[in-house]
Amino acid sequence: MNSSSDETQQTVDGPRMTGSQALLESFLIEGVDTLFGYPGGAIIPVYDALYDYRDRLRHILVRHEQGAVHAAQGYARVSGRVGVCLVTSGPGATNTVTGLADALMDSTPLVLVTGQVGSSLLGTDAFQETNFVGITQAVTKWNCQVKRAEEIPAAMAKAFYVARSGRPGPVVVDITKDAQCGSAPFHYEKITSIRSYVPVPEPDPARLDEAARLIDEARRPLAMVGQGVILGNAEAELKAFLEKSGVPVASTLLGLSAVPTDAPQYVGMLGMHGNYGPNIRNRDCDLLIAIGMRFDDRVTGSPAHFGENARIIHLEIDPAEIGKIIHADVPVTGDVRQTLPQLTERIHKRRHDAWIAGFRDCDRIEQERVIRPALHPSGPRIHMGEAVDTVARAYANDAVVVTDVGQQQMFAARYFGFRRTRSLVTSGGLGTMGFGLPAAIGAKLGAPDRDVVLFVGDGGLQMTIQELGTIFQSKIPVKIVLLNNSFLGMVRQWQELFYDSRYSFTELVNPDFGMIARANGLAYRCVEHREELSDAVAEMKAAKGAYLLEVRVDRQENVFPMVPAGAPVAEIRLE
Amino acid sequence: METEQEYIITVFSENKVGLLSQITTVFTCRNVNIESLTTSESALQGIHKFTIVVRTTPETVQKVVRQIEKKIDVLKTFVYTPEEVVQQEIALYKVTRSNSVEQLVRRHNVRILEIDTDYIVVEKTGHKEETQQLFRLLQPYGVQQFVRSGTVAVIKSRRELLNEYLEELEKLRRESEAAASETEKSN
Ligand SMILES: Cc1ncc(C[n+]2csc(CCOP(=O)(O)OP(=O)(O)O)c2C)c(N)n1
Ligand SMILES: [Mg+2]
Repeated sequence: MNSSSDETQQTVDGPRMTGSQALLESFLIEGVDTLFGYPGGAIIPVYDALYDYRDRLRHILVRHEQGAVHAAQGYARVSGRVGVCLVTSGPGATNTVTGLADALMDSTPLVLVTGQVGSSLLGTDAFQETNFVGITQAVTKWNCQVKRAEEIPAAMAKAFYVARSGRPGPVVVDITKDAQCGSAPFHYEKITSIRSYVPVPEPDPARLDEAARLIDEARRPLAMVGQGVILGNAEAELKAFLEKSGVPVASTLLGLSAVPTDAPQYVGMLGMHGNYGPNIRNRDCDLLIAIGMRFDDRVTGSPAHFGENARIIHLEIDPAEIGKIIHADVPVTGDVRQTLPQLTERIHKRRHDAWIAGFRDCDRIEQERVIRPALHPSGPRIHMGEAVDTVARAYANDAVVVTDVGQQQMFAARYFGFRRTRSLVTSGGLGTMGFGLPAAIGAKLGAPDRDVVLFVGDGGLQMTIQELGTIFQSKIPVKIVLLNNSFLGMVRQWQELFYDSRYSFTELVNPDFGMIARANGLAYRCVEHREELSDAVAEMKAAKGAYLLEVRVDRQENVFPMVPAGAPVAEIRLE
Repeated sequence: METEQEYIITVFSENKVGLLSQITTVFTCRNVNIESLTTSESALQGIHKFTIVVRTTPETVQKVVRQIEKKIDVLKTFVYTPEEVVQQEIALYKVTRSNSVEQLVRRHNVRILEIDTDYIVVEKTGHKEETQQLFRLLQPYGVQQFVRSGTVAVIKSRRELLNEYLEELEKLRRESEAAASETEKSN
């Protein structure tokens, strides 16, 4: 730790205490109210201290450390606060790596505290020692190891500052057992800047002028919104920009719910399974305004063809994203909450009615060829889209939707519809199966006043199914909609479309989910017939506690539209 | 295809454990070979300096630099072409002793570090081509050991960019502090 170069303020002084107590006091000063964790030898001193903090710090005992991180992610994504996890060294620590990678990809603010063997044992292959700072270098925004009790407050202050500032991300603080047990006077200074770190780069006014000029001149512009708007709490600033500029707006998967689905200028989701309009008309656009998004390949398809007839303005907080995938004609670095109003101020009020009407024509084509058949299928089996639609109607499109990964994720993103921001929690960048169930737990704790509905596949549910035990023990009223197709559906879809229907190891022979639900104290119902669907959803919604609704869906349904991987987005297929 | 060329990248950072491997990983992830790498203290106290030589395209070098600067403990990164820096490498040669070797090394502007009954150790400083050429010339006489350092470089420009950057940071910090105490007063 090198704290000499960090700026601090708000000195809070206190008495002598153990490193473990100092850690928990640090949590309190940083406004933490919930921890997700799992104890073990190298973190017992912290757990011992936690026993006396139960009235101030709620600890959720998960069933696997991966679940702790995903739960903290769910908590952070809905609340905008830093998610916090506590685990032991060695296997406890390594179990979190998938969650950290997911959080780094999706810019989720997290602080993970790991226990570590005593400092005298470091490097000796001691019991449950792993070089966790080394292991997590590639999956954290920042990490450090603490070997002395007196260093804990400064390390925690820096950890929280780095996790939440700028483009957020996961931070690991690895604390040796002797540092937890040692004692020192407690002295906490919140960090307000770090010499070597520029969280929010300043926009160049000349670039803003240039961007405004391009927007004023554009005839066929499209705004593309990413999670940066949500992370920056810039929904109102975005709305003002859209109202004045009159440009149509599309969203990435992670940007969903930043703009209400029924907003007049909203034209749908970008990307591989996004809507027809924003994909097919990509090559018609003469200006693309990227707002807090990073041109993931699931969004761009072939980057060489993406926006090939358009100038590109890129509003982005992370300079490393500028020009990483797509060349930005006008990069505007900074926090979109600041840069959007500066842009709005500079542009003229305009309307693009005819251009937007063209998107509505595309919507009609998609409605006819994709959406209607998906929501009102002719066969006897329930389809995923209609299940999502039924749930969405029951909740009047107002719930926190959590998804796992696969077909069910895409159907949920496409058909739920959102009214309020921070209403979709999904694993975008890493696409982590098993994310959904623990993330739903965290989401419910982070937004206790909202309904939380999880859409999960039969494959993904079984990756972290042990977290049903957490739901049982901690009484977390999440509503789980299992869309069971007895397949690793998304992979099966690729096999059908691109591998000659050779279904190599994608069929699942599943356990009795009803018995599993009941064993974990969950209310459960299984639906196979369309007539029962609405009633079952109503029952789930009305239930006080957690509920598992298994919907047996068509086994071989595909998600459309689809841009084949690596193809230009305008080659989107409707069937 | 853009053509590859040599770049000298200097990275200034806090002195943090493990940063070296974080920086080299940025290159390996993008499949850029590091031709040479040295680390040392910089002229500013507490600030570490990495000098990295790579061959790559102008576009890739920019992307790599942004990824390096993204590291929390990295202060600033600069990229130079060979014309913009004065660079040197140092090479040591342990050669079997003979009259002809002694004559050869005296012609090549080397420093003799040690003379033993049957070997001689010489040092040559210069560009890689020069130290490599001497190696080739010595080879017929029996080079028992040969080692060459990474490149170290200083910048020709009159401006000291890191100092300017640090001053800029300091100015911004003072401004934001002043602004913060202003709002405090008005509250
Ligand atoms: C941890 C992990 N392993 C493998 C994959 C690859 N993968 C992506 S979707 C998918 C199938 C998911 O099946 P299921 O959970 O049943 O959802 P469905 O697609 O059927 O809705 C797989 C295996 C992944 N994304 N994550
Ligand atoms: Mg499935």
